[in-house]
Amino acid sequence: MATAQLLSLTGVSKVFPGVKALDNVQFDLNEGEVHAIVGENGAGKSTLMKILSGIYKKDAGDVKYRGQSVEIPNPFEAQRLGISIIHQELNLMPHLTVAQNIYIGREDRRPGRVFLDNPKLNEEAAKLLAELELNLDPKAIVGELTIAKQQMVEIAKAVSYRGTVIIMDEPTSSLTPAETDALFKIIRTLKAAGKGVVYISHRLEELAKITDRITVIRDGQYVKTLKTTETSIPEVISLMVGRKVDQDQRPTNRNISSEIVMKVDGISDRHLLRDVSFELRKGEILGFAGLMGAGRTELARAIIGADPKTAGTITLHGKEVKIKQPSDAVAAGIGYLSEDRKRFGLLLIQNLTFNVILSSIPRFSKFGWLRIKPAAGVTRDVISQLRVRTPSENQFVKNLSGGNQQKVVIGKWLTRNCDILIFDEPTRGIDVGAKDEIYKLLTKLAEEGKSIIMISSELPEILRMSDRVAVMCNGRLTGIIDNKDANQEVIIEYATKFSDELPAVH
Amino acid sequence: MSEDLTTTQSEGGNKVSAFVRREIGRVAALASLVIIFTFFTIMRPVFASWANVSGGILMSTTVIGLLAIGVTFVIITGGIDLSVGTSMALVAVITGKTVMAYDLNVWTGILFGMLVGGLLGAINGLLITVLKLPAFIATLATMKGAQGLALIISDMKPILFATDVEGWDQIARGNIIPNFPNAVLILFVAAIIGSLILNKTVLGRYNFAIGSNLEATKLSGVKVNRWLVAIYALCGVYVGLAAVVITSRLGSAQPDLGLGYELEAIAAVIIGGTSLFGGKGTIGGTVIGALIMSVLINGLRILELQQEWQYVVVGAVILFAVFADNLRRRRAGDTTV
Repeated sequence: MATAQLLSLTGVSKVFPGVKALDNVQFDLNEGEVHAIVGENGAGKSTLMKILSGIYKKDAGDVKYRGQSVEIPNPFEAQRLGISIIHQELNLMPHLTVAQNIYIGREDRRPGRVFLDNPKLNEEAAKLLAELELNLDPKAIVGELTIAKQQMVEIAKAVSYRGTVIIMDEPTSSLTPAETDALFKIIRTLKAAGKGVVYISHRLEELAKITDRITVIRDGQYVKTLKTTETSIPEVISLMVGRKVDQDQRPTNRNISSEIVMKVDGISDRHLLRDVSFELRKGEILGFAGLMGAGRTELARAIIGADPKTAGTITLHGKEVKIKQPSDAVAAGIGYLSEDRKRFGLLLIQNLTFNVILSSIPRFSKFGWLRIKPAAGVTRDVISQLRVRTPSENQFVKNLSGGNQQKVVIGKWLTRNCDILIFDEPTRGIDVGAKDEIYKLLTKLAEEGKSIIMISSELPEILRMSDRVAVMCNGRLTGIIDNKDANQEVIIEYATKFSDELPAVH
Repeated sequence: MSEDLTTTQSEGGNKVSAFVRREIGRVAALASLVIIFTFFTIMRPVFASWANVSGGILMSTTVIGLLAIGVTFVIITGGIDLSVGTSMALVAVITGKTVMAYDLNVWTGILFGMLVGGLLGAINGLLITVLKLPAFIATLATMKGAQGLALIISDMKPILFATDVEGWDQIARGNIIPNFPNAVLILFVAAIIGSLILNKTVLGRYNFAIGSNLEATKLSGVKVNRWLVAIYALCGVYVGLAAVVITSRLGSAQPDLGLGYELEAIAAVIIGGTSLFGGKGTIGGTVIGALIMSVLINGLRILELQQEWQYVVVGAVILFAVFADNLRRRRAGDTTV
């Protein structure tokens, strides 16, 4: 077929402090084509798309648009070229109408015009929606539409720029199967009109339905481009996962007692979680794997009462406990270490002592008076026990490195004597050397009899640390695998089980 | 890293400079106070006379100072209380009426005033935590509500009760320490107690924790809502004390006196170096801030500057104080403000 090439990227690289996010990546897109980009979390998909849409600047490489080398220094330039992006998180103004959202920032502002011409805006939007065969009222308030319809508004907005390249980042992540089919119909309309679609998705089974080609990237590097008709899901998975090296690292055989410390039964919430049940044993590290948005953090927050649950019970040491707010969880001995330490874990502008005793202040007080001296002593113990690198316990936490900040949060929960610890992405934002130290610390805690839930998006980390691996997809627990049976392929398979047929959970 | 090392080495060896660095906000505020004071003394030596200092400057600091101490607790949580001025008027009116109706003695009267103030503060706290209203809105509403209720209950007339209660006029104007008005003594004692609460008690610790990071504090198992109600109630107790002092000074409860005091109190807190973003602040700084405002007003009045221009100068000082504080923080690489 003699289709024109729309985009061609070669040798694109991008470095963030300490990380090479993209290294010599190539990619191309033709007219009337849907080209998927797949890769694990952190493989560099989003970075690549942000370079294409002018949010990041590439450090090296060449971007050609219709054969011409172009620079895309900002989103306006991307739009001018005809590149539109639909982000995973929708960027709509919920209080405005469909038409107002589509044309935001492009209202008629000729001199002499005082008021906005809403009827004309609606008329234009109606034409556009008809063209895309979208069943939407231009005058509807966006906030009152379903997520799927809001997504359609985003697509209409992207098309309204009369662009030729439309990037869709995880467009189906919050859609039902029927809505997904509707989306695919729109994508086919766009294809027929000669537009090029860059399609990013974790849902591998969708790729066969909608894409023409698939490019796999891994650890910021280009792996391979495949024709959809000539490949299979297992091949894509094995290319995504690639390396076998890290799989050697497995937990040393620990003696995990059969004692069940926590039993979670049938937890659901209003948005995502559906009937999640599992058991946590004494001294075990239970890994939680899954793709972004699978509901792992939501599950943790539901367990500790930070967000409301609509169903489900939590049993600790054989006794059901009612956890309605985080203080209930803490009183029951459950500590949660958020992936976003700065927002949910630390008092950055306060010193180490303050942070370490925050959960245990009643223990350091008498008749409402604080006893600073024992608190400082305990903090010094934490510093030496966890090897926190700090000049003293009076240092402000914001001056510590990421790894040391994480240790302070751990110290807070150890001081509180929590025996169930939920680590959400324990090594996020922590450099490689410190990661190892955190791993050793987690292992040591488990050996001392703490029970640990470890949520992680890094599969090597999951495999290295977890005695068992629980895998979630779309708010459900799709499987629990013993470490000896687990590998990256199996985990990805469970993590992409979007269908209703769930494997038996044991 | 190198910064960490230097801190380790200089620790112990250089306590004074460490203290200055840590307390720079208060040190700077105190230095400004001294400079302003010296300036007025040179311009008009009468300014420094004890009569002017005690009767003029200190005495006029007492009410705003007490309100400002109360608001300091609230601002350190990251909140705000706009109702302290009119709440003070409401407490004054209720206390006056009650003292007359039940023939309370001076001590029960004082306690009653503080209790009513505490209850009004607790209402603010409940609106903010239970109804989840932003502090600005909740206390704006109670500010207007208190203003109205004070006028309704008093029938828009001053309540002349102070002379009927033995010793009520002595609360502010008496001299337990010779030549030192009791009101000023009350301010200083209340400030010391406030400082102890803030720095030495569980309540004070949670106060800083909530202001530093409410979400993290909640996830650490602290019952944040309860403590917030307690903190707003504590602010109210100081408002109650201010009401007692102002009725004693004036000899009556004035239902329409109080509106605008809240902004002067907030200004004192900010000049004293407390961060409006929460998590940082001192009672000492607030008292210095309140003193700076009184010294300015008093000095400008002695210089016979017109009242209109006094306002302009106070406005400029607030701007300067906050700007200087921001500049200092930015230089120290502090992005948290």
